[in-house]
Amino acid sequence: MAPVAPRSGDAIFANVERVNAELFTLTYGAIVRQLLTDLEEVDEVNKQLDQMGYNIGIRLIDEFLAKSNVSRCVDFRETTDVIAKVGFKMFLGVTASVANWDADGTCCSIILEDNPLVDFVELPDNCQGLYYCNILSGVIRGALEMVSMKTEVTWIRDVLRGDDAFELQVKLLKQVPEEYPYKDDE
Amino acid sequence: MAAIYSLYIINKSGGLIYYKDYGSSGRMDTNDSLRVASLWHSMHAISQQLSPVSGCAGIELLQADTFDLHCFQSLTGTKFFVVCEPGTQYMETLLKFVYELYTDYVLKNPFYEMEMPIRCELFDINLTQAVQKDRVAFLGR
Repeated sequence: MAPVAPRSGDAIFANVERVNAELFTLTYGAIVRQLLTDLEEVDEVNKQLDQMGYNIGIRLIDEFLAKSNVSRCVDFRETTDVIAKVGFKMFLGVTASVANWDADGTCCSIILEDNPLVDFVELPDNCQGLYYCNILSGVIRGALEMVSMKTEVTWIRDVLRGDDAFELQVKLLKQVPEEYPYKDDE
Repeated sequence: MAAIYSLYIINKSGGLIYYKDYGSSGRMDTNDSLRVASLWHSMHAISQQLSPVSGCAGIELLQADTFDLHCFQSLTGTKFFVVCEPGTQYMETLLKFVYELYTDYVLKNPFYEMEMPIRCELFDINLTQAVQKDRVAFLGR
């Protein structure tokens, strides 16, 4: 059978079932609000959102691979490009751009101009330390871990904190080889 | 029209998480199906190492006198394989489709625990429909 060509983010987005954007935004807002009530500490909420994102990411990666037909990426550059162009489009309906590569190609930024999660959000004074979209960084970390890349994802810029865009720094820590351990002592 | 005998899903560590047989030929008891799954997992891994081709992703098709075994491995390491009558067509497409069903009805089920045996009714229902002969032919178009 001839290999199936990878599909574009737009094509997939047009074909999957979608929910009303406002429902999605408000649901996410309700979750964050509830976490703030339950956990009280902003730092704890950040941690919890990241963990929730991670749990989503480890499952979502398979859907991404199944529906996008992308094949193995040759390097980390291609990986981040696919996340920004296909991944974000497929699941959030927005495209992101990749910039600020470091010299050895293991660290870059994914920049989001548009972010449906924050449509109605204004951070109050007592939540200034909150990374409202921290779930997204967890999703990327979880998804990449399932395809054997250990990463660290942190927010650099956040519109809710007065910056002009959303910027996520993705840093490749370790690429775990997929080979099986053949020695008994491993 | 050729028939599908059975379908297996193995998690990335080689455990059988789903097994279903169709029709009477090639029927196996639980122990045998677990054995086939772990055997296949190891053979698949060994074949990757033995292959003269670099970057080989493992056995995709095993042809025997009485059956064909088609295998698809996702990039996350989950393997889907189907045992069918020799010469059955469109099995790669079917396996890709089963992968999609798995992402939709298993992974999105909040009560499914990763790497554990699949007990999801919606997955069963949709899978049964996909495996019906006329549907498989339809997938190939």
